[in-house]
Amino acid sequence: MSNFFEKSDVSRKEAESIISDTLQKCDDGELYLENSKSESILLDDNKIKNSSYNSDLGFGFRAISDEVVAYSHSNEISKNSLKQSSENLKSTLKSVKGTYNHEIPKSNKKYYDNINPIEQKSLNEKIKILNDVNDYLRSKGNKVKQVTANFLGEQKSVEIIRSGGETLSDVRPLVRFNVSVMVEKDGRKETGVYGVGGRQSYDSYLKDENWKSVCDEALRIASVNLESKPAPAGEMKVVLGPGWPAILIHEAVGHGLEGDFNRKKTSAFHNLMGQKVASEGVTIIDDGTIDNRRGSLTIDDEGTPTEKTVLIENGILKNFMQDRLNARLMKTRSTGSGRRENYRHIVLPRMRNTMMLSGKQTQEEMIKAVDKGIFAVSFGGGQVDITSGKFVFNCTEAYEIVNGKIGSPIKGATLIGDGPSILKEVSMVGNDMMMDPGIGTCGKAGQGVPVGVAQPSILINKMTVGGTKL
Amino acid sequence: MVKDQEFLETKASYCLGLAKKLGATDSSVIVKNSISETVNFRNKKLDESNRSDDLGLSITTYIGKKKSSISSSNLLNDNLNILIEKCIETTKNTPEDEFNCLPDRDLLAKEVKDLNLYDETHIENNKKIDYLKKLEAAASKDKKIVNTESSFTQNKSNFVLANSEGFCDGYKTSSFTASSVTVAKDEKSMERDYEYSSKCFLKDLDDADELGNLAANQTIRKLSPKKIGSEKIAIIFDKRIAKGVLSIFASAISSSAISRGTSFLKDKVNQKIFSDKINVFDKPDMLKGLGSRNFDSEGVKTDTLKLVDQGILKHYLIDTYNGKKLNLKSNGRCGGTSNLYFENGNISFKDLLNSNSKSLYITETIGHGSNIVTGDYSVGATGFLIENGEFKYPINEITIAGNFKDMFQNITLANDLEFKYATNSPTMLIEGMVVAGK
Repeated sequence: MSNFFEKSDVSRKEAESIISDTLQKCDDGELYLENSKSESILLDDNKIKNSSYNSDLGFGFRAISDEVVAYSHSNEISKNSLKQSSENLKSTLKSVKGTYNHEIPKSNKKYYDNINPIEQKSLNEKIKILNDVNDYLRSKGNKVKQVTANFLGEQKSVEIIRSGGETLSDVRPLVRFNVSVMVEKDGRKETGVYGVGGRQSYDSYLKDENWKSVCDEALRIASVNLESKPAPAGEMKVVLGPGWPAILIHEAVGHGLEGDFNRKKTSAFHNLMGQKVASEGVTIIDDGTIDNRRGSLTIDDEGTPTEKTVLIENGILKNFMQDRLNARLMKTRSTGSGRRENYRHIVLPRMRNTMMLSGKQTQEEMIKAVDKGIFAVSFGGGQVDITSGKFVFNCTEAYEIVNGKIGSPIKGATLIGDGPSILKEVSMVGNDMMMDPGIGTCGKAGQGVPVGVAQPSILINKMTVGGTKL
Repeated sequence: MVKDQEFLETKASYCLGLAKKLGATDSSVIVKNSISETVNFRNKKLDESNRSDDLGLSITTYIGKKKSSISSSNLLNDNLNILIEKCIETTKNTPEDEFNCLPDRDLLAKEVKDLNLYDETHIENNKKIDYLKKLEAAASKDKKIVNTESSFTQNKSNFVLANSEGFCDGYKTSSFTASSVTVAKDEKSMERDYEYSSKCFLKDLDDADELGNLAANQTIRKLSPKKIGSEKIAIIFDKRIAKGVLSIFASAISSSAISRGTSFLKDKVNQKIFSDKINVFDKPDMLKGLGSRNFDSEGVKTDTLKLVDQGILKHYLIDTYNGKKLNLKSNGRCGGTSNLYFENGNISFKDLLNSNSKSLYITETIGHGSNIVTGDYSVGATGFLIENGEFKYPINEITIAGNFKDMFQNITLANDLEFKYATNSPTMLIEGMVVAGK
């Protein structure tokens, strides 16, 4: 654990007294301290293009009165800087008359080990793997024209000091290994991307040369796309494969179930609590408690232990995801979903690992049930307009389905749908739930946080496919 | 107060000195301080205040052709000593790359012009609150508006860029940004839209009433949208979307995409990639320009470039590393473009709407559907159906798709260019795209 006051002119006791003094009549608030170390090593175009290291230290001081949030951050942990932040907060919240809510649940559970993944593997070992990746992929034939591979590793130590001196802390490892390959055939170029990661050491993902399977998958996707033909345009049936395609769930319903949008009534779901929002058999949870997953957290960025939150149970909307602020204003409890990218940002209710649970059907049955449609296996990014409920995501590997059979691969196309109604269009839920490989980052209000998704294969009756073939 | 030049220069030269002492043959460093103060309103009440003070440093060290870099927000010398030592260690262990080097000395910027990028004015939070009150009053006048969120940010930044070739320069910049996001509701739908203004000087910022009214009107007119069928149709991009086409063009001509061979515009210099009348400029020395700069992020001087002349691609955007690789000189575009824009076309906005009996006017796109390797484009879209020059009704839940290679050849521009962002386009018509709907 980091000792944030060791090299500072302010002692922990003094800091605690500034915090308690500032938050005296506020409803909530805390001092959030963060020390992160991260590295990035990139191979591109046959060379180690970049090896960089970042060390970031700072605090964010937050005071909340009723609905108003005052926030001030700095990367100087000093008496002067803390006092200046305190003055800033006080000047925003001039006449506060709240009662500080000291209640915060406790848990001894931990979902990852206290390790620094950067130091668990030497630079030379990492460089060797990247070079091996390059050689391996380029040995696969002359259609491979470009290879990019990188390691991203991080250790983030956080400490939350609340009014009265209560302190909560967490040390979070995070790694990611990515491979991108571009292939060319008859003047046509396509790329394939694959990666793995989570809150463990690099070796948990890369032992026994299993980096080769990451390379193989990236190359497979690129090669499939070389044969792809223009995607169709219009409404049709869509079968989604298991795992990463669950970013559909993340975009279509996940964001709309975040507490802030519902308190402000700007989400298309705000008046649907307790109502049927999905087909029977559809259950969606947001779970921060799965060991070593990219979206897991021992405590959230307000100090609340994370949990497994049931969002939709058998088609019925059960819960929103809450941080402390939105929970208080909506008269409910935090679900341990209060997150921030780093100390520069305020806390928002965010997703962790968002998962649709398995049903009973098989993928084969779904394909058979489609006369004309597409089978989407892998995706790039997605986005949602939570107010209108419209969401999109981009296929990176998809096939047409003709008369119950998988046909040719089709070019990357955007799929668009309506969040509140899409889950009612789910007519089959597969028995093959799978987690994504650990590569997701979710963006909201300019803040990116690591997340996970999971789902089984599903059949959606009707979605608009944004191809070019009419 | 944002840190002064002297403070930043002292830190920079400390780093360069230490790097040299520890064995770096070359090095460069950037030290930056940025202070932002934001006030947010929601439904006519104070919602959030946010002050951020960011100080950061990033150093790159070279030992011959080996290179590595570190960055940190902790500028205490104790910490810098540890980090620079680590950086040198990493540099030694990183394989050589023949193209690694500092920019050529004769390309470094020699004079730093005053481009009028810094406004001394400090706007207190209570003045920001006054502005937002006025803005939100205008934005929420109509009963259909059910939620308003507005924001006012003042940012002051200062930086110094220095390298072991003796370059050492930097300057202050400021920005004042106001925005309003409104939600409107009727029986059938709920919609959101926004308006925004950002300027280097406070006095140039749009009027609060005007901003609020625009945000509200743009939202209300989106209510009760329809979904249309799939067809090939002329697309008109509102200015705020049209600038995105220019951003894609810029990423496709970046020297890194070109040298890696991952751009659909590779080997297209001196070829016609746009329709005849299209001219594209990147002009770094615009006074008060939101993208203005005196030199790029390596210290290389930046001249105005006419990137596209009568439809013909004339330049890539070149930095030192990729320039060496392509055997081209850097044109000062490390870090991308400055003030990038399409020159005005020669028909009015009204004539553009009238140029087809039926077209789609797009005001928002969602998704990341641009592929610069293949040029394929497919995104979700929201907008309006235009018939005989008139806005008929709002449209949503559709996608629009095409390939930039074809789209670029089919662009017609209106004559309504404004400099609202760093990258700007007049309203843009593209013929022959495919809409997927019902």
